[in-house]
Order: sequence, then structure tokens, then C-alpha cells
Amino acid sequence: MTEQEQAARHDPIYDRLHATPEFAELRRRYRGFVFPATVAFLAWYLLYVILSNWAGDFMSTQVVGNINVALIFGLLQFVTTFGLAWMYARFSAAKLDPLARQLDAEYRKGDDV
Amino acid sequence: MDTQVLTTSLFLLVVAATVGITFWASRQTKTAADFYSGGRSFSGFQNGLAIGGDYMSAASFLGISGAIALYGYDGFLYSIGFLVAWLVALLLVAEMLRNAGRYTMADQLAFRMSQRPVRTAASISTVVVSIFYLLAQMVGAGSLVALLLGVNSEALKNLTIVGVGALMIFYVVVGGMKGTTYVQIVKAVLLMIGSALIVVLVLAEFNFNLSSLLGAAAENSGKGEEFLAPGLQYGASLTSKIDFLSLGLALVLGTAGLPHILIRFYTVPTAQDARKSVLWAIGLIGAFYLMTLVLGFGAAALLDRDQVDPAVGGNQNLASPLLAEAVGGGEGSTGGAVLLALIAAVAFATILAVVAGLTLASSSSVAHDLYKGVIKKEGTITEKDEVKVARIAAFVIGAVAIALSIPAQRLNIAFLVALAFAVAASANLPAIIYNMFWRRFNTRGATWSIYGGLIAAVGLVFFSPVVSSLPTSLFPDSDWAIFPLNNPGIISIPLGFLLGYLGTITSRDPAAEDRFTELEVRALTGAGAEQAVQH
Repeated sequence: MTEQEQAARHDPIYDRLHATPEFAELRRRYRGFVFPATVAFLAWYLLYVILSNWAGDFMSTQVVGNINVALIFGLLQFVTTFGLAWMYARFSAAKLDPLARQLDAEYRKGDDV
Repeated sequence: MDTQVLTTSLFLLVVAATVGITFWASRQTKTAADFYSGGRSFSGFQNGLAIGGDYMSAASFLGISGAIALYGYDGFLYSIGFLVAWLVALLLVAEMLRNAGRYTMADQLAFRMSQRPVRTAASISTVVVSIFYLLAQMVGAGSLVALLLGVNSEALKNLTIVGVGALMIFYVVVGGMKGTTYVQIVKAVLLMIGSALIVVLVLAEFNFNLSSLLGAAAENSGKGEEFLAPGLQYGASLTSKIDFLSLGLALVLGTAGLPHILIRFYTVPTAQDARKSVLWAIGLIGAFYLMTLVLGFGAAALLDRDQVDPAVGGNQNLASPLLAEAVGGGEGSTGGAVLLALIAAVAFATILAVVAGLTLASSSSVAHDLYKGVIKKEGTITEKDEVKVARIAAFVIGAVAIALSIPAQRLNIAFLVALAFAVAASANLPAIIYNMFWRRFNTRGATWSIYGGLIAAVGLVFFSPVVSSLPTSLFPDSDWAIFPLNNPGIISIPLGFLLGYLGTITSRDPAAEDRFTELEVRALTGAGAEQAVQH
């Protein structure tokens, strides 16, 4: 199959799948997770960049020994990145993959007839 | 044993191993899908390692630890941007791209838009981003080898650049995606083990007490407390602070627009495997950046300032290898020589793996998008021809990169990488995101955002202090620097998004809107997505 054929093809099965309540639910769940999550981690990261730039005194406050707020804040960015990745992995395996598999199975069935 | 002999032997060992892997991989590369995407047969874990190998470049390994050794905390700010950026790839890009595309970044745009304009635009931006990134790695290779062999001659640097260029062409032409992937996997493992070894040795010097390591670094740096807080590199003025904000934006939004990273998502059988590979990559890359923190502060604590500070005759890019020598027993000791050679070989392997990934991404795009999609008429080209063109393109791009790297040796490595990220974030990311989430998005929106973001990013750099006006500029004796920032991201990234929006609302493309239905179903469910190749 060439790219040009691909662009011309429009299998009606995609319209049918798109109209199913399962697909609407899959899209709702996916967007419901990733949009707020993206806004949250970008805001959290920008807060860190802005504090590093404009709140030097606060960031250089020492907490334990030579470990200061800036270092803890930076390490927290690692923690939240790992944490969000882990949450998304759990969420998508539980809430997205079953619906996606079901719709893909319907596609394969419809494709054969 | 003599350090130089040992270093050279280890370099040759790395080269021999990767050449062997490439020949082995070439026997399994038959179809276009094999060449471009390794037959989509890698596991999530393998691809996660390869992504790490593709991403943790010499700029990270040598550049970030060097920046921490020199500027303290401000060097660490790079690591955080480079890591958080992976959430954009994980949440918004990896899985959908795997399902909607085939071999290149342009595929998912061409899925619903006019083939020629979007493939041309995406291919140009792929090649531009890859060339900037290639220059950074090759310039780095030149200075690394020259300094480690203790011969600071232009001839040796040039010879190294030509050698690295020849190797990367060989990996791609002979091994395709399979060979490149295995080279990246081997490199990722070597880099993690090598870094972990030095980290443990550094921490052992301070009885595994992070606070005393930081204290020693602050004291030895001569800057005291300031060394551990933000501001040494970027805190000088309002302009430098805004420059840092601009850099921060480019780092966090650039990763998911880097062509050599995007094509890695096509090497796995399903979108779930693409997700798994990003999860592994996040774990690996996060662990690596935590280690660079110890390497950088370790270098600040244990090395003399005249080893790392260019102001007093040092070289910050050599902080990691010199640190390895110091914790191995110091200059002249056997342990020091062995560790120095080991870390130098790891850094060399790092450069080889990244340049191979970049050459593959750009040659794939030239063959698949430009040659097949734009230049040739529909259906007049066989798969065999297409792969042949990709191999020729790898030759040409490799030769261009070698030719540009030799005069580019004046440029700062970290700057070149940051520029590649800024271009990727401005030109590629807006089109990718709009295409996946906005039905109304169309051909004009895509071309405006790609060309607009690309021209804005490169143009602003041309009018920045990087190119003219300062003693460190490319042209120190001229002054046309009307743009005050080193990094264009803060202007060019919003502009890329804005132009994509404006181009879209000023035109209509009912076919593109109609085909969004299919794109969305495919992207979210995998229905009709490209399958793995069965051998």
C-alpha cells in the first residue's frame, strides 16, 4: 500500500467505530487524564524555573546540612515525573487498553467481511 | 600502562564491537520496514534502552556534568528540563504516533493532509534539527579525542570528525534501524554502568554523605554557598533570567519534537509497547541525570579549578573523564589510567550511538518523504529503490555534517543542542499536537507552523549574541545582534503554535477534517495501525 492510496482510502468502518459510545468513552477518559496532567506538570515545572530565577533567597535556604530548598525542589521534579509516569501506566492499563482492544477487535472483524 | 595506549585500545574495542553488531544486523535487514523501523519487532524494554542511548548524548554526559562542575546548581537545571520533557512524549505523542504513522514524523501529518506540502515541510525541518544536533555531537567528539590523547592539533580533531562521520554513515547504510538500535542499546548499558561506577567511587570518598559532598564542592569551587543555589550562570541580569526561561521552555517542549526520538516509537509492535518503552526510558534517563548531579558536584569537589574552569585554563567538558581519573587514584596511577580510558570510551560510544540515530532519522525522511512522497510520481518507485535512496541520503547527510562540523568547532556544544531543541519545539511540536487533537487543523496550518517555527528559531539565533557582537560569538568582530537572548524558544515556540492556528482558521480543508475521524480512531485504538514484520 502506498501513501497516496492511504490518503485516498476512507474505510466507512472508521465512521462506525467513531460513532460508538465505547469510542466516545475511550476518548473522554484519555483526554480527561492527559489534558489536566499536562497542564499540571507544565505549571509545576514553570513554577520551578520561575522560582530558580526570581526567588533566589528562598531557594538557597538550607534545610539539612548543605541541602537547600533548590536541591529538594529539583529532586521533587524527578519524583513527580516518575510518579506521573507510573500513574499514567496504571491508568492506561486499567481504563484505556481494554476499550482500545475491544474497538480494535471490532475493526478486525469488520475488516474481514 | 600508558593512558593514551589504553584509551586508544578501548576506543578501538568500542568501534570493533559496534561494527560487528552492524554486520550482524545487516543480514536481517531486507524490507523497507526493516531498514526504517527494525521490522517493528523490538520489545518495549529494548526500545526503552535504545531511546536512552539515542537521547543521553555527549552534551548530557560531558556537558551537564561539566556545567555543574563549573556553575554548580545552574548546571542541574538542564537535567530537569531534559527529564520532565519525557512526560510530553509519554502522555501526548508516543502512542498516537505509533498508531498513526509509518516511518517518519511526516507520516502522521500526511495521513490527512496534502502530501507534498506537508512532507516537504516536515522533511526540511527534520534535516535542519538533525544537522544542528549532529554538529554538536561531532564537534564534541573532535575535542574529546584530541584532549584525551593529549594532542591538541587541528589535524587530529578534523581526522576524528571524519572518522566519526564515516562510522555513522556505515552504521546507518549497512545496519539500518536494526543496527542503529543495537548500537544504542549497547551504549546505554555501557553509559549506565560506567557512570554508576564513578558515582559509587565519588560517594565513597565522602562516606556516602551527600551533604558533605555538596559542602566540599561549594568550598573547593571558591564560590561558597552560592555554588549550591540557582543564579551563578543565569542570575546576572533580567536578560539572562529571561534567557533561562526561554531555554527551559525549549528543553521541556523540544524532546517530543526531535525526529530521531520520534522514529524510535515505530520500532515496537504496538502502542502499548511504545508506552512501555517511554516508561523504561524515563526511569533510565532519570537515574542517569541523578548520577550526573553527583558527577558534576564530585568534579567540583575533587578536581582543581584549573582542570574544569576555562577561565583558568581548564575544560569543563572533560570534568567527567578527569573525575574518573581522580577517583581511580589520580594522575599517573594505574587505577586512574584505567578509569579515565573507560569513561572516555563510554563517551565515545555515546557520541557514535547518537550520531547514528540522527543520520537515520534525516536520511529516512529524505527518502520516504521527499523522494518517494514529493519528487517521484505516485506508485513509480519500488520499496527497494526507496531503501537505496535512503542509503544514498545517509551518505550525503553524513558528508554534509562532516563538512559543516570542521568550521563549526568554535561553537559551544551545549548551545548547539539547545538550538536543536528550540527548533524542534517551535517547528515540529505544534504541528504534531494540533494534528492529533484538533479536527479543524489543515495543510496550511501545518506548513505555516513548521516553516514559521523553523524560520523564527533559526532567524532569531542569527540575530542573537551567539552569532555576532561578543568575543565568544561565531563572528566576534561584527555586530548585528538585535535579539538579546541566546535561546529563541520563548518567542519562536508560541509563534509556531500561533501560526498553526492562524493558517488553519484562514483556510478550509474538508478532506483533512473528514479524515480526522479515521486518524483519531486509529491513534487511540490501534485499529489499522502498521503491524510488526514477521521473519
